[in-house]
Amino acid sequence: MTNALLTGANASTDVPLKRRLRRAERTRQVKALALVLPLLLFLLFTFAGPIAGMLWRSVEDWEVRQVLPQTVAALANWDGKDLPDENAYAALASDIMAARAAGTIAIAAKRLNYALNGFRTILTSTGRNLKAVPEPGTAKETLGKINPAWRERATWTTIKDASGPITGFYLLAALDLTRNADGAIVAAPPDQAIYRDIFLRTFLISLGVTALCLILGFPVAYLLATLPPGRSNLLMIFVLLPFWTSLLVRTCAWIVLLQSKGVVNDSLLWLGIIDAPLRLIYNRFGVCVAMTHVLLPFMILPLYSSMKAISPAYMRAAASLGAPPLTAFLRIYLPQTLPGIGAGSLLVFILALGYYITPALVGGAADQMISYFIALYTTETANWGLASALGAVLLLATVLLALVYGKLVQGQQVTGGMKN
Amino acid sequence: MKAGMVTPAPALVRFSGIQKTYDGEHLVVKNLDLDIRQGEFITLLGPSGSGKTTTLMMLAGFEVPTHGEIYLSERPIKNVPPHKRDIGMVFQNYALFPHLTIAENIAFPLSVRKSSKAEMQERVSAALRMIKMETFAHRRPGQLSGGQQQRVALARALVFNPQLVLMDEPLGALDKRLREQMQLEIKQLHETMGITIVYVTHDQSEALTMSDRIAVFNDGIVQQIDRPDALYEHPVNSFVAHFIGENNVLAGTVETVERDYCRVALAGGGTIAARAVNVSGAGASTSLSVRPERVAIVRDGSASEGPNRLPAKVQNTIYLGDHALAVLEVAGNAEFMVKLQSGAHDGLKHGETVFVTFRPEDCLALDPV
Repeated sequence: MTNALLTGANASTDVPLKRRLRRAERTRQVKALALVLPLLLFLLFTFAGPIAGMLWRSVEDWEVRQVLPQTVAALANWDGKDLPDENAYAALASDIMAARAAGTIAIAAKRLNYALNGFRTILTSTGRNLKAVPEPGTAKETLGKINPAWRERATWTTIKDASGPITGFYLLAALDLTRNADGAIVAAPPDQAIYRDIFLRTFLISLGVTALCLILGFPVAYLLATLPPGRSNLLMIFVLLPFWTSLLVRTCAWIVLLQSKGVVNDSLLWLGIIDAPLRLIYNRFGVCVAMTHVLLPFMILPLYSSMKAISPAYMRAAASLGAPPLTAFLRIYLPQTLPGIGAGSLLVFILALGYYITPALVGGAADQMISYFIALYTTETANWGLASALGAVLLLATVLLALVYGKLVQGQQVTGGMKN
Repeated sequence: MKAGMVTPAPALVRFSGIQKTYDGEHLVVKNLDLDIRQGEFITLLGPSGSGKTTTLMMLAGFEVPTHGEIYLSERPIKNVPPHKRDIGMVFQNYALFPHLTIAENIAFPLSVRKSSKAEMQERVSAALRMIKMETFAHRRPGQLSGGQQQRVALARALVFNPQLVLMDEPLGALDKRLREQMQLEIKQLHETMGITIVYVTHDQSEALTMSDRIAVFNDGIVQQIDRPDALYEHPVNSFVAHFIGENNVLAGTVETVERDYCRVALAGGGTIAARAVNVSGAGASTSLSVRPERVAIVRDGSASEGPNRLPAKVQNTIYLGDHALAVLEVAGNAEFMVKLQSGAHDGLKHGETVFVTFRPEDCLALDPV
């Protein structure tokens, strides 16, 4: 008995305490991991995977590499200062012959056309008019005759830029930038430079909607947190009601309300406040109204939960210490709701950034947000590279915001540990 | 119902005919008249729901009286908002602002009064010195223990020199030892600073320890206002006798009343001489109150002559360190308690029959329970 106790004590001193703790905790950790594993796998396949795929597509450049492999190889050592040598022309001619046989010219033509408008015609006409592989030494002349564009340096730099396997072309385009013939990064031509404006518009609309949600949601959340339970539950149902209705239905309801022969305009006309219907929809106003309505609960709920945690004793204490109601609110109440304001604003802002269907339905052409263009490039023009690049830029901006918020909240928690 | 002594100092606070109802049906406070003197420590004592906290909240300005008026320094304050009353308050859960440091918390009443920076600094550090927490100035309330938080709350309520400080069960959340220590500290602060304190508690020993006067609340009515010793020795009715200290109750009927004393026939048999405190006359039912420490146990029913001697059956003895309790059955009361010196309980055996005896002046005839 005594011996057993002694050896037991010895054994425990041999193994460091930390390792023994880890051993003891291991079973619990394994169990915890097993519980979250299904969701983890699900997220990996449906969320992390697609995002990684999107990020890869935004820099991937495979079309030219696959369709014109010999040309890509021949241009590998080209300095880009003069026209490439005869070898490159011969490689191109042979690639085009092969691609025509395989029917893949259009793939490369589409990619090259993004970079240089009209390239599609150059490539397809060459493909059509090139009867046979040119005699050695005559490739340059033959191609130049079929299409004079082959005598221009820009045509060849475009092919070299698109040779992959990785390109910054799409990401630059998403930021209204491009490379000129010398490879320097310059502003894109005005007719293609639309994305900065769209990003700015997306951020401004999101910011406006966030501000509207905060202004409208704060008093409601305050009421929810301070009313007696019976009435606050009823109010909570009204707040949550939008969650139980389809987004599409709610958006369409706004069309019914706001259109020129809609409920709002008819009422105003009938009351004699206006003479002609106001333009309330298919413009920025309609977008902001509909999005605010849809996103309001996401602001109210975090605000409510942060306000619920504030004991009414704080306001009483402030009053007893001599603070008038407004001072007490600004110095005692408001600072304690900051985590809620931050969480609600971030949630609404990030959700608003990705909004697609509501602006598409109630906005005009000048009110479409970045998601609309991402959807357009994915589904309509199948320009996956640009769609992915726009998505990547949006993702980056969102992640940066979330990080900034995280830093702020962390600071807040250090400064304001709630007790009571 | 009368004040224990003649008022020497002017009343700082006067409740005049105060009534309060929340639902329009039941009065939480029924017709309260109460004077609080300058510089005194008065405790509102009572069970929960007795109206003591409501009274305090009306004085602080967080509740409005349904009827009547409250005067602070002879000025009616019914319509003065809380922040203009110049009354410091310490709350049950401290209510320290969690997003401010200890120093900022204490400086808050000064900064809303637009004190100069230098003055603020000086008074905050004086307040921190007073509660012996100078090193905690830049901590947050969440990093402090309950006792430390309560000290800070105290300093914050005192730092702007209010004419009146209210305390709403401030020690309720602390453990016993800390509570007793804080009681002495608060009492000391009261004495050194000469402030007026209105203190609310349901703990009678806390009230007895700290107060100059105690107002015993029950059912929305002040049952008695008096000094602690007077409340204990001379309760005016059964409620006060029960609420303050330990108490044995014997039910009976008044047979005769002769000046201050009466004879009472006990419901469980026997006759007792008692002080007539709150009885209407011969024939009225009464409940007798005897403190456990005023009762003696004797073995022999005839040895010492006295008017009050009752047979008792020993039920149990409880050893409590500095003293012991004997639980006896006396005249139908199976929980009649007698306080004994430690060791004196040894001889008592369960089921043994002894006698209890007490002086008529220690036995109070009060209103029936």
